[in-house]
Amino acid sequence: MDIIYTIWLRNIKRYLRSKSRIIGSLGIPIFFLLVLGFGLNSVVKISGTSQSYTGFLIPGIVAMSVLFASLFSGIQVIWDKQFGFLKETLVAPVSRIEIMLGQTLGGATTSFIQGFLILIISFFMGLKLANLSGYLIAAAFMVLIGLSFTALGIAIASKMEDMHGFQLIMNFVIFPIFGLSGAIFPLDSLPHWLKLLTMFDPLTYGVDGIRYGLLGASHINPLLSFGVLAGFTIAIVFVGGYLFKHIKA
Amino acid sequence: MIAIKVENLTKKFNELVAVDSISFEIKSGEIFGLLGPNGAGKTTTISMLSTMLKPTSGSALVNDFDILGSQDNVRKSIGVVFQDPSLDEELTAYENMDFHGRLYRIPKKIRQKKSIELLKLVELEDRKDSLVKTFSGGMRRRLEIARGLLHEPKILFLDEPTLGLDPQTRNRLWEYIEKLNKDKGITIILTTHYMEEADKLCGNVAIIDHGKIIALDSPENLKQKIGGDVISIESFNSGELYSKLKALDWIKHTELHNGVVTIHLANAEKRVAELVSLAQKNKISIISISIHKPTLEDVFLHFTGRTIREQEADSKDNMRMRRGFHRR
Repeated sequence: MDIIYTIWLRNIKRYLRSKSRIIGSLGIPIFFLLVLGFGLNSVVKISGTSQSYTGFLIPGIVAMSVLFASLFSGIQVIWDKQFGFLKETLVAPVSRIEIMLGQTLGGATTSFIQGFLILIISFFMGLKLANLSGYLIAAAFMVLIGLSFTALGIAIASKMEDMHGFQLIMNFVIFPIFGLSGAIFPLDSLPHWLKLLTMFDPLTYGVDGIRYGLLGASHINPLLSFGVLAGFTIAIVFVGGYLFKHIKA
Repeated sequence: MIAIKVENLTKKFNELVAVDSISFEIKSGEIFGLLGPNGAGKTTTISMLSTMLKPTSGSALVNDFDILGSQDNVRKSIGVVFQDPSLDEELTAYENMDFHGRLYRIPKKIRQKKSIELLKLVELEDRKDSLVKTFSGGMRRRLEIARGLLHEPKILFLDEPTLGLDPQTRNRLWEYIEKLNKDKGITIILTTHYMEEADKLCGNVAIIDHGKIIALDSPENLKQKIGGDVISIESFNSGELYSKLKALDWIKHTELHNGVVTIHLANAEKRVAELVSLAQKNKISIISISIHKPTLEDVFLHFTGRTIREQEADSKDNMRMRRGFHRR
């Protein structure tokens, strides 16, 4: 347990120290919030609800910032590999699973903070403070997104030799996951075949869960969302743990 | 007491045999050097002994622990300073120490006390709260050595500890290494391609080339083996000179290499005149002539027929080819 804490602590220290990273990774979510939120608010009506588009968008952008932050922090393992620090942890008499879990918890924590910051900013964009339990529900979904996508990042990083494949990941992992999740548009408006595809995107359940927490309305049953996302988290932590165990320093 | 016992250790990467069935023993308390050009298999050997890489075949005991059977015990009993830097640059010197101490489960009080002690030893105490990214290469190396000692290992592996450091820093580092060995009785195994380093520090040296150990002894004995003195004669007509010299019975051994004839013999001072007159008699003009005590460089030349620098140029080519092969 203390080993997991040690690795976690290192992640938190590094995160708190890199102000530029904190601010930098807030950039894109804020940009989306402002441009889409203000730009489309008066044009777009979400059918079937009285909800404004901005209100609909906020949970999606919160999920997005957690997604970005967690995937990046998982992929940070490649930096550790390139700068040699990974060897220091791998040669220590600790199991690699502990290292991987510490890394995952660290990434989940920092990405949760990122999402929380967006949530705070959202209050200035018209997010109403509803009941506390709703926030706790949203927080639980944010944690699951953070855990699962950090683990996915670690899994990818374990297989990658250097940062050359990074663009590939941006294009074929992050954007499809984000785009298909219903973060910026309601899934009902999609053609049937595309809608089917969104059901295979784990983030869809995360976005819907956060939306349920913050707005009280959801597309999918929140319990189902929670079950699917929790299942995905457990599975991907296992996969990430397995791949990290066989990482070559 | 035997610190490390290696038997027929072999590592293959696809077709390439990086380490080819090497065997050796290291006594506790000695400084042992693995000497050879880049790509000779030194780092691969260290990686296997420190459980970072699984051997293809063969076995090794480190502090009586099997490197395959009891990895954790091996890891607890060794400290490793890798060839490439392995510090977290975004953390301070002290935090790097602390992180290491936590990884090795050293209780808090001891961890704190030892970290400061060791930082003092490598003269970094006044910089303990500075981020590592502000450190010079020499300071980083010293910090890595201090960190490697935090959990009181019985054996310290140093992979090219002075690579890329200026001569002054290198000298200081040698002093630290000798001091550690003497004061704390730590067995040190280091790899290097600096002949001078191996000569100065090591009690025993294994010369390794193309994955094989080609000679293993103390530096003195190795030098003794190739003869008392070395004379190098540079000449435009070195080939002829070489063949003439080969016939002389008081010469133990000669080598012809790049227009330079290297002669191993006893009492070189007394023989120089004789050599010069022999050259004159045969109308062989001499460009330069030098006498020196044999160095490990001469030993390397003697055993491989090449200098270590040429060997390196060669192995770099090999590595490039190997990389190209992997990418495909």
